[in-house]
Amino acid sequence: MDFLQNLDPSVQFVLFSIVKIAVVFGVTMSFVAYSVLVERKVSAWIQDRVGPNRTAPPAAQFIPILGPFLTRLGIFQPAADGLKFLLKEDFTPSYVRLAYFWLAPAIAVIPAFMTLAVIPFGSTLGNPGNKMVIADLDVGILYTFGIVSLGVYGIVLAGYAANSKYPFLGGIRSTAQMISYEIAMGMSVVSVFLLVGDLNLSKVIEYQAHGGWLVFKQPLAFVIFLVAAFAETNRLPFDLPESESELVGGYHTEYSSMKFALFFLGEYANMIASSAMMVTLFFGGWTLPFIGEPASGLLGGLLHIGIFVAKMVVFMVMFIWVRWMFPRFRYDQLMDLGWRRFIPLALANILVTALVVAFVNR
Amino acid sequence: MSTKVVERKPLSAWERSYIPSILGGLGVTWKHFKRTAPFLGNKPITMEYPEQKWVVPEGYRGAPYLVKDQEGATKCVSCQLCEFVCPPKAIRITPPGPEAQQADRANAEKMPREFEINMLRCIFCGLCQEVCPEEAIFLQKDYSLTGTSRQEMVFNKEKLLKLGGTHAGIQKWKHKLEEAEAQESFPVDTH
Repeated sequence: MDFLQNLDPSVQFVLFSIVKIAVVFGVTMSFVAYSVLVERKVSAWIQDRVGPNRTAPPAAQFIPILGPFLTRLGIFQPAADGLKFLLKEDFTPSYVRLAYFWLAPAIAVIPAFMTLAVIPFGSTLGNPGNKMVIADLDVGILYTFGIVSLGVYGIVLAGYAANSKYPFLGGIRSTAQMISYEIAMGMSVVSVFLLVGDLNLSKVIEYQAHGGWLVFKQPLAFVIFLVAAFAETNRLPFDLPESESELVGGYHTEYSSMKFALFFLGEYANMIASSAMMVTLFFGGWTLPFIGEPASGLLGGLLHIGIFVAKMVVFMVMFIWVRWMFPRFRYDQLMDLGWRRFIPLALANILVTALVVAFVNR
Repeated sequence: MSTKVVERKPLSAWERSYIPSILGGLGVTWKHFKRTAPFLGNKPITMEYPEQKWVVPEGYRGAPYLVKDQEGATKCVSCQLCEFVCPPKAIRITPPGPEAQQADRANAEKMPREFEINMLRCIFCGLCQEVCPEEAIFLQKDYSLTGTSRQEMVFNKEKLLKLGGTHAGIQKWKHKLEEAEAQESFPVDTH
């Protein structure tokens, strides 16, 4: 490692950043693949079914005990799913608006990954100058909201470009839904930052390491953020843009093969990003009540990353679980919930927090 | 007819907060998860078909096969009633004609030289079983018929007899014989 220390600091920074980007991207992609599997398995179990339990490479049957066990758990299923998406026919209907049709999946998937850049997924790996976050931005959360709003365009464009009624309806719904819930989401975070006094997400974690998790100080903000996150990621009970039972497939009806897979990827990457966001903002990020100091060694650093990932997995399972708990909201109920309940609540929360910060917490 | 007005109670504030439905949903999903997931209950209601098979109930109408009698002889007498009654025309019978073997049991004048059922046409209606005067054809419990060609799905007499097996339950001619013998020794009033 000596030659790394002797390098120019800027070269070091670039090198470390590239490594971090590669690792975060790789981990997120495999996370996406396996959360699809977890979704299928958990859904199956909730519905008294078995779930994917057959797919296996031919070699797997020669491994005693472990091979059949892993096959039954469906461990090899994501590989087959991915391969299927790659090999399927990429069909483009003749009536689509081609440029937007091609653009939409990319716009849907890129912002989901870009939000992950500002999330501190660990403390350090021993070197205090090298924080475990790709971009330690001072405007952290503002950047996130800016990027997340771009994600709407992917879905809206997909709905418009497909030039057919179901995607169009899905696109309309998603425009209204995502824009209105973004307001509630943004407002719920304002009260968090009134307490912390900084937009940098690393500072938010630092604050929580000393002052306790923010979920206990801002439970209302957390609930609003959580519900808004469900709406933003188009998950049930707010999956109106997709709603396969009434809109066929919603905005991605006309898409096939890898273009469809990109929407799929975007949705799960969004789930991962919002889970990571909730962990960072409300559940202390990589800290635990008794582990708050940045790690001094490699092992401690890995432990911190492990804590962060474990917390994130809990939220991912919750996303999947909630899917089977509720029926889908009606469109007007969704709007009512967003505009007439959460936005006033979030505003009141900001007001109370501001008063407390101004007069009590001096 | 009088109409009954169903009273629709307005939801209370507690119910409108969605919290009772959240808890209810959590309860229901957890109950099922606990029962089905491995390491917890491990009792999914799915039947994993090729490995596990359901018990075919009595009286099930599966594929029709020809049966042999208790002595292993062909019961069918080539009367062609089933061929005529078969709605999808799946049965095709070739009678023995003058040169082929006429029958392989007593009490019978004929047996079919060839008996074919096209299982792709068969609708498993059971009319052939109903119409058969000799109780020679029965709908049995086979429900999974597969083949790699159309020709393979046309079952011939040999195959049908092999699949049908021996049906010793109904022994029509045995009892007919006993009845005939009983008739001879029965005291008849000759007035």
